Amino acid sequence: MPRKIIYERTPMAKLDPKERVKTFDEVALGYTEEEALKEAERCLLCKRPPCVAGCPVHIDIPGFIALIQQRKFVEASEHIKKFNPLPAVCGRVCPQEDQCESKCILGKKGEPVAIGRLERFVADYERAQGEMRLPEIKPPSGFKVAVIGSGPAGLVAASELAKMGHKVTVFEALHEPGGVLMYGIPQFRLPKEIVLHEVEYIKRLGVELVTNFVVGKTMTIDELMQEEGFDAVFIGTGAGLPVWLGLPGENLLGVYSANEFLTRINLMRAYKFPEYDTPVFVGERVGVIGAGNVAMDAARSALRAGAKEVYILYRRTKEYSPARIEELENAIEEGVIFKELVSPVAFYGDENGWIKEVELVRNRLGEPDQSGRRRPVKIPGSEFRMPIDMIVNAIGQRPNPIIAQTTPGLEINPRHGTVKANMKTFATSKPGVFAGGDVVTGAATVILAAGAGTDAAKYIDYYLKNKDKPGIWDELYHME
Amino acid sequence: MGYKILQKRVLGPGSKMMVIEAPYVARAAKPGQFIILRVHEKGERIPLTIANADKKNGTVTIIFQEVGKTTIHLGLLEPGDELRDFVGPLGKPTEIKNFGTVAALGGGFGTAVLYPLIKGLKAKGNYVITIIGFRTKDLIFLTDELSAVSDEVHITTDDGSYGMKGFVTHALQKLLDEGRKIDHVFAVGPVPMMKATANLTLKYNIPTTVSLNPIMVDGTGMCGACRVEVGGETKFACVDGPEFDAHKVNFDLLSKRLRMYVKQEKVSLENFKAQLEKAKEAV
Repeated sequence: MPRKIIYERTPMAKLDPKERVKTFDEVALGYTEEEALKEAERCLLCKRPPCVAGCPVHIDIPGFIALIQQRKFVEASEHIKKFNPLPAVCGRVCPQEDQCESKCILGKKGEPVAIGRLERFVADYERAQGEMRLPEIKPPSGFKVAVIGSGPAGLVAASELAKMGHKVTVFEALHEPGGVLMYGIPQFRLPKEIVLHEVEYIKRLGVELVTNFVVGKTMTIDELMQEEGFDAVFIGTGAGLPVWLGLPGENLLGVYSANEFLTRINLMRAYKFPEYDTPVFVGERVGVIGAGNVAMDAARSALRAGAKEVYILYRRTKEYSPARIEELENAIEEGVIFKELVSPVAFYGDENGWIKEVELVRNRLGEPDQSGRRRPVKIPGSEFRMPIDMIVNAIGQRPNPIIAQTTPGLEINPRHGTVKANMKTFATSKPGVFAGGDVVTGAATVILAAGAGTDAAKYIDYYLKNKDKPGIWDELYHME
Repeated sequence: MGYKILQKRVLGPGSKMMVIEAPYVARAAKPGQFIILRVHEKGERIPLTIANADKKNGTVTIIFQEVGKTTIHLGLLEPGDELRDFVGPLGKPTEIKNFGTVAALGGGFGTAVLYPLIKGLKAKGNYVITIIGFRTKDLIFLTDELSAVSDEVHITTDDGSYGMKGFVTHALQKLLDEGRKIDHVFAVGPVPMMKATANLTLKYNIPTTVSLNPIMVDGTGMCGACRVEVGGETKFACVDGPEFDAHKVNFDLLSKRLRMYVKQEKVSLENFKAQLEKAKEAV
């Protein structure tokens, strides 16, 4: 008998907006067993599943959903981890609506299966039941790989390489592993305990994690390869350098980069000051420049940390915001005020150097640009000032230049500071050195970085096994 | 990996020196660079200049002044205790070359970082005149160490209780008045001292380098807390510095930005003192 198709997805409970702005507790509450089963039942378990093609880490989505249908929740989570060691993270922060879920057959006539929520459910279920079972790990290959950066790209590459039997050491500059998952994405969207749990899984696979180690400063890539005996290096250092607008008054007190504001709150737990030592200043009227996911994170964090009014100052209109719709809606539900079609011109401060006002100019929408979004065009003479006592600059990030400056032979794209790498093999211009994630693409998403980690691991493995083959590096660097 | 405190020495009221086991940092450290440490699990990240690095023994010496919660907490630790985190070396090393005659000025606590600089300058064949200034006699430290590596050492105190009465800039002015030719000046200390030095040496057209000490978080160019203005451009002291051309630095902005968290720093300190009192009562 053909199964009845259900076109509506099972809703997921969220904290009430009035309550949640008072805390940093997680907003989305996740499915219960019954809800997960109900949602899993909607999946048609396609023989040739289009959703998998939409997943940068190629998770066997019908495979894990079938296990949920059989109530084998732990097995479902373990099945995902064959492809992605970070299911609880990715189930929460992936833009599934643009990836797997956008390809779901059910989405043609109704709502796609809530793949992300199911991924999150099984990962949370597995974590709650405690025991951590490990997958098959191949016998030691004798090769050593250094992974630089413990964000999504690095963690996934490390986990894949460890399963292949290589000895992997991850070097992290900060004092906690996780990269942007720890310093960037707030607790209410991605609890830090969850990140640390998934990091623990990767350590159990045999990956060694060294914190407080800045490659390029503590040791260079050449030293790692020549003196410490690493056979290959994967650079997954992300895009951690804030971009500034270069406007007058940008160095006033109360003007933060999103990185600084979020790092103080997330990594340093400044929202728990003075229990934690790191302070953060939060204004009463806060302006956040930009409208991407980072801007939403900053705006929502500011509200929770005590700001009375928080404005998103965006040069285009809401529909062109690069943020996930879900996050944009959450922000608006919580009371973040969206000011469209404005661009900052200058910041003005008081005699002690604290920001007091922002000058904005109004825009209208012009012709579409390369991204297909209509370009903002300034309206001359429309400048106006707005009282503000804190600004968060969230217009974007670029790769940190430390590795570029300290690694001879590593080619960099001069415009964006990204590392040049073959987009299929992730090989860079420097033999033995691979790179993937935001450091290659510029700031993107967690899952694209994770996908780069997965794919790079395959080619690193191939390289290690064929190191002595003449022309191997040319082959990898120039592969079509 | 813990970072063990191997030695501790009290240099004067409120200033202490510690030798920390940190072999990777020691191996890579060069004059002018700094480290970032965290005392405990809930601690903040604070930058401290590397006062000495012993590559052979894998140790790094730090000198700090107990001015806030973190440094007071740090000062309570003893040899055998471990620091939670210790990362470096960060920042760009000093560009050391043969300048000829160099004056190295240390204001109060800034004196702490002159030692590796002077050693480096001497190794390149410079004649080094060291001028260090303190508020009063009791606060003077490191004179023996600095005398051992400098060609001359001049000491000033604000109250005249030792050496020349006045500031380090007065001592430098005196040398210039005497017609001494000075080819380069390094100045490390409180912002007003570095600013006064910059103003003086600008008049005499002496190239001058200062080491800036803004608030930092990551120390690797990620956050921009340490933004400073140099020659009208925004720089990150952690990766573009910490040393800059003194004649181009906006010292007033630096002073203001250093005061960003005065209120919170007070709360944190009072909170910590209350905790210490409580702990004492419990004993």
